[in-house]
Amino acid sequence: MLNKNPLWRYILVPGLLLLALLYALPNLYPEDPALHISASRGGVVTEQTRQQLQHSFTAQGITVKSLELSNGQLLARFNSTEAQLQAREIANRELGANYITALNLAPATPHWLAAIGASPMKLGLDLRGGVHFLLAVDINAALEKNLTDMQQSFRADLRENNIRYRSIQADPVAGQVQLLLRSAEDVTKAEALLKQRDRELVFSLSADETSLQVGISELRIKEIRDYALEQNITIIRNRVNEIGVAEPLVQRQGADRIVVQLPGVQDTAQAKEILGATASLEFRLVDTEGDIGAAIAGRAPVGSSLFYSRDGRPVLLEKRIMLTGDHITGASSGYDEYSRPQVLIKLDAKGGAMLSAASKDAVGRRMASVFTEYKPGTEIAADGNRVLLKQQEVINDATITMRLGRDFSITGINTSAEAQNLATLLRAGALIAPVQIIEERTIGPSLGQENISLGLTAIGWGMAAVLVFMAVYYKAFGMVANVALLANLVLIIGLLSLIPGATLTLPGMAGIVLTVGMAVDANVLIFERIREELAEGKSVQQAIHLGYDRAFATIADSNITTLLVALVLFGIGSGPVKGFAVTLAIGILTSIFTAVVGTRLLVNLIWGGRRLQSLPV
Amino acid sequence: MQVFSFTRPLNFMRLKWPAVLLSMLLLVGSLGSFALNGINWGLDFTGGTVIEAGFAQPADLVAVRQTLDGAGYGDAVVQLFGTSRDVLIRIPLRPDIAQAVVGDTVLQALNAQQAEPVTMRRVEFVGPSVGEELKQDGGLAMLAALVGILLYVAMRFEWRLSVGAVAALAHDVILTLGLFSVLQLEFDLTVLAAILALIGYSINDTIVVFDRIRETFRKLRDGSTAEVINTAITSTLNRTVITSLTTILVLVVLFYLGGALIHGFATALLFGIAVGTYSSIYVASAIAEILGISREDMLPPLPIEVDGENGHGQP
Repeated sequence: MLNKNPLWRYILVPGLLLLALLYALPNLYPEDPALHISASRGGVVTEQTRQQLQHSFTAQGITVKSLELSNGQLLARFNSTEAQLQAREIANRELGANYITALNLAPATPHWLAAIGASPMKLGLDLRGGVHFLLAVDINAALEKNLTDMQQSFRADLRENNIRYRSIQADPVAGQVQLLLRSAEDVTKAEALLKQRDRELVFSLSADETSLQVGISELRIKEIRDYALEQNITIIRNRVNEIGVAEPLVQRQGADRIVVQLPGVQDTAQAKEILGATASLEFRLVDTEGDIGAAIAGRAPVGSSLFYSRDGRPVLLEKRIMLTGDHITGASSGYDEYSRPQVLIKLDAKGGAMLSAASKDAVGRRMASVFTEYKPGTEIAADGNRVLLKQQEVINDATITMRLGRDFSITGINTSAEAQNLATLLRAGALIAPVQIIEERTIGPSLGQENISLGLTAIGWGMAAVLVFMAVYYKAFGMVANVALLANLVLIIGLLSLIPGATLTLPGMAGIVLTVGMAVDANVLIFERIREELAEGKSVQQAIHLGYDRAFATIADSNITTLLVALVLFGIGSGPVKGFAVTLAIGILTSIFTAVVGTRLLVNLIWGGRRLQSLPV
Repeated sequence: MQVFSFTRPLNFMRLKWPAVLLSMLLLVGSLGSFALNGINWGLDFTGGTVIEAGFAQPADLVAVRQTLDGAGYGDAVVQLFGTSRDVLIRIPLRPDIAQAVVGDTVLQALNAQQAEPVTMRRVEFVGPSVGEELKQDGGLAMLAALVGILLYVAMRFEWRLSVGAVAALAHDVILTLGLFSVLQLEFDLTVLAAILALIGYSINDTIVVFDRIRETFRKLRDGSTAEVINTAITSTLNRTVITSLTTILVLVVLFYLGGALIHGFATALLFGIAVGTYSSIYVASAIAEILGISREDMLPPLPIEVDGENGHGQP
């Protein structure tokens, strides 16, 4: 018998290798120092902005490699970091506060590679430097607030329906509201009433028959938790975008955690202030009688003060606050009956009463929502950190058409995107669950670079050691295994570049080194098997055939268990360890492929078609 | 070229009892060390702050300690990390200080003392709850990996082999933890990853041997169990040694060239792979033999169903 390759093997192996090589290629191109420019509130990035900047850069003698506009963002590439830094100063000066500039390293992937979706591997923070935060959301605060709201609305509901009660108290420890009533009859009435108002309440009766405990369902608790988490993520994402970080990551982790990764950021103090800064919201009446011209000149009427809207329009508002944003329990965007965009706002019981009283005599007047946020300015304080600036702006003003209550809506919004944005800001004004930093890791840029070069050196030497060993030990077959090993490396890098969620970390690089050492295992199994078959007196071609055949079951069994472990690792690990699990798993799969299919192709090609007396194994 | 070339199988099982005794002693030693010395948990598990600072000149650790003492961090542990210009400062968790600002204040204090600026290379803060969770998750992950392997091997082979394999893995993990306990090496997240990887690789070795035991049982119709196991181990010995060799080769490279952050990882795997090679020869097979594995267990044409029943019947 002879060992010949079926056609599919000729197609599959070179095909996959070529594909992997193609997707691995972008990693060879160095990165350009780049500048990201995007618009913040009120600004727009247009072709005109692009030309303006191009002009100013040239005028200042800065060579720009390219300046492209895409997705409403400008990306400028430079030849050196100096040019990049100079350009940032110019851009900040020219464009002013309505634009955000962020320094970045942009991959210099050629167009033909980018067109097929190829991009370099994403590097973990331990390799590129930056800050990693793990935030815990204080869900208990949100639950407690919910309980207080329940208590208040129960009181109002019972009073409205003339059910007399002795007391209604929130009990945060038990997560319930305790109602003490006057008779068993009242208990039944109260239960029926409250059940009708809210189907998700959980009632439990006490033995004394005049008290009632009301809790909330697991589902509702989950809703509150998810809401608090989503709200925090939205707020943090907005803030992170404000400080100008290229490729930030803000992601939910588990039930009540948020991961924030800011590549390239070194000033953790600033980052922390931004994460911890509070936003607030208030509703005020618009002062239409005061002289706005005088107010701009600095002479605002007594009882009023001057504010600006997001697009820079001056608005005169009363100093008296109708309602603060912490009474908002929900804000969502939607459409009214004429399918015009609107924002629906829900208030807690106390807020509803306050707004109802404040809007009683104000029907027909305009009410403005003022958003207050703290963000770092350009000034540097004595401690080296940027001074936080209080920034207040009017995000919406609308006419009050009727007396407002616990549920009301804001209409007259232009687009549904705007309505969504407004709903987000309104929610942000009432942060119901504060966050706390429970983990923080900062990697300096020099350490990141050093880790990359350490990793590369280790991979290089590890590879060299194994290549030499295999060539010496298995001679010609060893060379075949070595070709497979190199192919393996290309496959791993290609896959890591291709898989969107995969990031390369320092432990990940260690995983590659380890894979290099272990990848030869499958080949060793096969070669040893071939040797055994030869020793037992089988013919050369039979030995090759049986060697591959018999070793395959062993290779599969032993690698499936290892894969199992890699999955477990992926499940528990955070950042760097996850990176290790990913490279481990990919390495296992590629090494099975290269050993079982790849080397078979070569071995059959070289030795399979001839009548031989011995094998160089 | 060949490492070993034997005409007759080596009698590995003759040393079964001494090997079991040796393993027992090592296990007792490791467990004793956990009880006496405990494990030197790293920042990832204990919580606290670690600051790695780069100095322009070789650092004067005494001066650094004094500066930290002055700044109110008398309990800081200061040591060199990798090079003489790289200083690692550990500050344990304390309820009375705001942990989030420790990194910044320490760097400011160091900068005030030094003529040339100190560069921040790395600041890591881990809160107390995170570390506790990680210990639990890590332990859980190890258990999950072991149980997964136990089930897979029981399904594919036989419950006695499965027990042997998992015993060998637990043996490797405990001895590696023992090494970290005896030498008081720092046990951080990368070491945990290394130990889990070790479970993956050690089982690899064991499965190869088991696979051959199964095959040999079917081939050597009249051999005793011990003979079969000896033959199987002998014929896979070359592969076992070569694969361990190439793996140890790259691990030595990692140990020396991988940098200080990877040191613990490389140490755990180096030791673990060495122990794992021994345990897949002795511990796994010896336990299967002691549990009384026989040809009948391996022969049925439909091993999966029969093994499944056996596996459920036994604890």
